[in-house]
Amino acid sequence: MFYREAGQFKPSYEADQQIFPIIQDRVGIAIIIAFAALVVPMIASEYWLNSILVPVLIFSLAAIGLNILTGYAGQLSLGSAAFMAVGAFGAYNFMLRIDGMPFLVALVLGGLAAAAVGVVFGLPSLRIKGFYLAVATLAAQFFIVWALVKFPWFSNHSTSGVITAQDIVILGFAFDGPVAKYLLTLAIVIVLALMAKNLVRTSTGRSWMAVRDMDVAAEVIGIRPMRTKLIAFAVSSFYCGVAGGLYAFTYLGTVEPEGFNLDLSFRILFMIIIGGVGSIMGSFLGAAFIVLLPIFMNVMMHGLLGDYISASFGSNLELMIFGGLIIFFLIVEPHGLARLWQIGKEKLRLWPFPH
Amino acid sequence: MQFFLEVLIGGLLSGVLYSLVALGFVLIFKASGVFNFAQGAMVFFAALTFVGFTEVLPGWTGLEAGGTAVFWLAFVLALASMVVLGIATEKIVLRPLVNQPPITLFMATIGLTYLVEGIAQGIWGANVRGLDLGIEDVPIEYMLEQHNILISTFDLFAALLAGLLVGSLALFFQYTKVGRALRAVADDHQAALSIGIPLQHIWAIVWGVAGFVALVAGLIWGARNGVQFALTFTALKALPVLILGGFTSVPGAIVGGLIIGASEKLAEVYVGPFVGGGIESWFPYVLALLFLLVRPEGLFGERHIDRV
Amino acid sequence: MEIKKTVMLGALVTGTLAAGVAMAAEQFIGLPSYRVGAYAAGGSGIFGGWIDYMNLINERDGGVGGVKLVYEECETEYNNARGVECYERMKNKGETGNSMFSPLSTGITYSVLDKVPDDKIPLVTIGYGRTDAADGRVFPWVFPLITTYWSQATTMIKYIESKEGELKGKKIVLLYHDSAYGKEPHAVLDKMAAAKGFEVTKIAVAHPGNEQQSQWLQIRQIRPDWVILWGWGVMNPTALKAAAKTGFSRAKMLGVWWSGAEEDTIPAGSAAKGFTAAGFNVAGAEYPVIKDIKKHVYGKDKGNMEDESRVGSVYYNRGVVHGIIAVEAIRKAQEKFGQGKALTGEQVRWGYENLDIDDKRLAELGAAGFMPALKTSCMDHEGSGKVKYQTWDGAKWKVVTDWIDADKQLVRGMIEESAAKYAQEKGITPRDCSKEM
Repeated sequence: MFYREAGQFKPSYEADQQIFPIIQDRVGIAIIIAFAALVVPMIASEYWLNSILVPVLIFSLAAIGLNILTGYAGQLSLGSAAFMAVGAFGAYNFMLRIDGMPFLVALVLGGLAAAAVGVVFGLPSLRIKGFYLAVATLAAQFFIVWALVKFPWFSNHSTSGVITAQDIVILGFAFDGPVAKYLLTLAIVIVLALMAKNLVRTSTGRSWMAVRDMDVAAEVIGIRPMRTKLIAFAVSSFYCGVAGGLYAFTYLGTVEPEGFNLDLSFRILFMIIIGGVGSIMGSFLGAAFIVLLPIFMNVMMHGLLGDYISASFGSNLELMIFGGLIIFFLIVEPHGLARLWQIGKEKLRLWPFPH
Repeated sequence: MQFFLEVLIGGLLSGVLYSLVALGFVLIFKASGVFNFAQGAMVFFAALTFVGFTEVLPGWTGLEAGGTAVFWLAFVLALASMVVLGIATEKIVLRPLVNQPPITLFMATIGLTYLVEGIAQGIWGANVRGLDLGIEDVPIEYMLEQHNILISTFDLFAALLAGLLVGSLALFFQYTKVGRALRAVADDHQAALSIGIPLQHIWAIVWGVAGFVALVAGLIWGARNGVQFALTFTALKALPVLILGGFTSVPGAIVGGLIIGASEKLAEVYVGPFVGGGIESWFPYVLALLFLLVRPEGLFGERHIDRV
Repeated sequence: MEIKKTVMLGALVTGTLAAGVAMAAEQFIGLPSYRVGAYAAGGSGIFGGWIDYMNLINERDGGVGGVKLVYEECETEYNNARGVECYERMKNKGETGNSMFSPLSTGITYSVLDKVPDDKIPLVTIGYGRTDAADGRVFPWVFPLITTYWSQATTMIKYIESKEGELKGKKIVLLYHDSAYGKEPHAVLDKMAAAKGFEVTKIAVAHPGNEQQSQWLQIRQIRPDWVILWGWGVMNPTALKAAAKTGFSRAKMLGVWWSGAEEDTIPAGSAAKGFTAAGFNVAGAEYPVIKDIKKHVYGKDKGNMEDESRVGSVYYNRGVVHGIIAVEAIRKAQEKFGQGKALTGEQVRWGYENLDIDDKRLAELGAAGFMPALKTSCMDHEGSGKVKYQTWDGAKWKVVTDWIDADKQLVRGMIEESAAKYAQEKGITPRDCSKEM
C-alpha cells in the first residue's frame, strides 16, 4: 500500500534509469538525508556527533569500499584497514608537503594513493581465488602497517610515528566544531555512496557481478577479468582510502599506523556481513550495528549489571555476547540487515492485504 | 656458514611448530570446508584450560601440585573440554550454517573467536601463567661444543613431538575406517552421505581431533612463551603456512611450515638489517603470495578446474 | 554502583558533610579500562590498583576533603576508537564532568590529545603517552607524569655505566618492539652513544614477538655487553627464554618498565632469573599503603582484584601510584578552590600542575620508597624522571638500586625541541609560565 510502484510510468529512458526509479525510494532517501543534515545537528549532543555518528558514517564508507570488492566483485579481502591507513597518511602528506593544498583535493589524492596501492595488492587476484586470496591480502595488511611505522618520512619524522591531522579549512571556512565535522563527513559520504550506488548499475558494476558469479563464464562472454578485478580493487581501495582520510581528519585527529590493525579490517568485514553482502544500504546498517553494539553492551554491563558481576567478567561477557550475536545473526539472517530492510519493504507494499 | 646453518636449523624447528597450528586448520577445512579462524583462540583456550586445571586440581583432589598425576588429569580434562567445545561448535554454530557460502562460515568462526576468547578469560582470568613441561630450554651441548652450532633442546623435542603427531594422524587417516570415511567426506559430502557415512559423526570426530591438536600446540607454545592471550596470535603464523602448503593437505602443512620457518628466519637475519628489521610480520605472507602466483593451489593443494 | 551506595551509608559515619546538604559531594573519575584481550593482564592490574586506592580513600578517610571519589569504568579494549567513545561518553558525567582521563594506551592518548583543551579535562599519562608533552607550555592539559620513555632510556645507560664503569667501546643491543613505542628510545640512545662512545645496535622484533630465534642468533653473533629489552607483552618472556636458549646472561639484560612485571617473568620460568628492569614504582605488599588497602578494602570484601594474590604486584602497585597522584592532585586543587565540593576538570588540572609530593608527604601516604617524589610546574609536567631498578630473583622482584635520576639536560632539550615543532605545526602559542599561578 505504502510502497507501491504500480501507476508509476516511465515515459523516458532517463526516468527509467534513475538511481531510485521508484518515487517512494526517492522521497525516502531525501527525507533521510534531510533529517541527517538538518535535524540531527540540532538534536544530537556532542557525544553522539563525535563518537557515534561520525564513526558510523566513516565506517559505512569503508564498508561500501569493501562491499564493492567482496560483495559485488566477489574478491574477499582482509586488508581494508591498511588501505584506510594509506588514505589517512596519504591525505596528511599531501596537505603537509604541498602548500595551499585544499582539503578535499588532498582527501581525494589520499584515496587515489590507496587505489594505486590497492591495484598492486590486487594483482595476485588474477591467479588466486577464495581463501587463498583472503590470506594473501593479509600481506597488504601487515606490509603497509610495517612500512608506515618503518619509514619515518610517512609520519614527517615524528618520533612517535603518529600523525596529527591538519585543520580542515574549505573556502575559508574552518570545519572545527563537532557539527561542522559531522556535516562535512555526511556530505562526502552521501556523495560517494550515491556514486557507488550508481556505479554498481553501470557496465563496470555488472561485469563485477558477472566475475563474482562465475569468472570463467564472464570471460567467455567477453568480460576481461583482469581489468574488471583490478578496477574493483582500485575503486574499493579508493573508498577505503577516503574513509581513512576522514578517520584521521574528521574523527580522531591524530592517528598511528598501528591503529589500522587486523582487528579493524575484521570489523569492516563484519559490517558488510551483518549489513548485507552486495548492498550499499546494508553497508550503512552494518556499520551502525557494529559500532553501536559494543557501546550498547558496555553501557549495559557497567551500568545495569555493574553491581552483580565483576568488571573483568563483565568485559569478557561483552566479548562473548558480541561473538555470540554475530554467530546468531549469521544463522538467523545470513543475508544481513539489508535483507530485513527488503522484507520490510515487501511488507509495506502488500500491507494491509498480505495475501 | 656456521651462522647460516644455525639460523636455518632454528628456522626449520620453528617451522614445525607453525605446522602444528596449521594442522588444526587443515583438518577442519579438509573435512567440512570451513576456514576455521577460531583455531588460534582454541589453542589459547586449550592451554589456559590445562593450566587452569593444574592450578585448581590440587585443591579439589588433594593431589600433589605439579605432580605427574595432576599433569595427566589436567591434560585429560583439558582434552575433554576441547572435544566438548569442538562438538558444540559443530552442532550449534556450523550445522545451522550448512550450505551457506564459505565466507559466511568464515565470519561465523571469527565470531566464535571472540566467544572462545571471552569464555577463556572469563573463566580463568586475565593472568599470565607460566607452563613448565619439564624440558630444559638450553642449547644441545654436543652441537655447541663440536660445531659451535646452537640448537635448542626444547625446540628439538617440540619438533619431534609435532612430527610424531602428524605422522600418527596421517596413518590414522590413511588406514583406519574413520580415516577413510573422513577422506570420503572431504572428497564429496553428498556422495559420502549416499553410501551411508554418518556425516555429522565424522564432523564431530574431526572437531574433536582439531581440539586435540590445538591442545598439543597450546602446550608447546605455552611452554615457550607463557600461557597468555598472545597464544591466539600463533594463528597468524600458521596462515602463510596454510596457503603455501594448501588448505587441504596434511603433508603440505608440514612442508609449508618448514619452508616458512626457515625462510622467514633467514630473511630476518640477512635481509632485515637493510630495511630496518621486523620483517617477520609480513615476509611469510609475501613469500606465500609470490609462490601462489606460480602455483595458485599451493604446494599440495588440489587443482581446481572451473567448468562453465 | 557499589560506591554510590557506600556514599549514602558513609555520609553519617564520616560526618564530613556540610550540614544541611542532603547529597554528599562526589568527584567523578572516568576510568577507560581494558579487561579483555591481549592487554587484559596489565589493564586489570593497573585499574584494579587504582580503584582499590580510591576505595581506600573513601573507606578510611571518607573521601578527599569530604568529597567522595566515584568512578565508572568504560571498556576500551585498548582500541583507539573505543577509547574516544569512552572519553566522550564520560566527559560530562558526575557533578562536574570527568575530572581526569588516563587511558593507559598511547594510541588513545594521541586520539584525545586535541580534544582535552576544549573539554578542559586533564589528560594524565603515567609512564606512556606523548613524551614531549612534558613541556607544559605547549601542552597545558597533558601530564606525562613521573617519567617518560626518553628519561628512562638515559637512566638505563646510567645503570649500565654504574655496572661497567666506562662505556667507551662497549656494545649495547636495543631489542625493541617494532612499533612507535619501540622507536621512542632510538634518538636518545643515539645521542648518548655518540657522547659516551659506546656502540648501539637496534634490532626490531615484529609484533607480537612470539618468535625471536633470528634476533637472538643475531645477538649471539654481535656478542653485546648488554641487551636493553624494550618489549611489550608476550615479547618479554619470549626474549628471556630465547636469551636462555642462546646462552646470553640475563644479568646483562635490562628491561623497560613495560617489561618488568610479574606477567613478563613468570611465563619465562627459570629463564627470567637475574633479569633487571626499570620501574617508576616498585613491587611488594609490605608498604603501609598496600597494607592499608588490604585492611580497609579487602578486609571489607570490597577489593577489585579477583585474584587477591596480585595485590602488591608491579602492575597493581602502578595502579596505586595512579590513584595516589590523582588523589593528591585533587587535594592540591581543593587547597586552592575549596574543600567539600566537587572540582571541575580545569581545577583538577591546576592541582596536577602544582603537585608537590615530597618524601615527607610520601611517608605520610605510606608510600615512602614506593614511588619517587614528584614536583610539577607549568614548565615541567614530568615532575620527577626517576626510576628504580628491580631484579627478578625467580619468585619476586627485588629492588636493587635507589632512585636513579634521568639525564635531565639531554632529555629536556629534546622535549623542548620536539614540543616547539609541534607548537609550530599546530599554530599553538606556548604559555608564558611566569604569568601562571
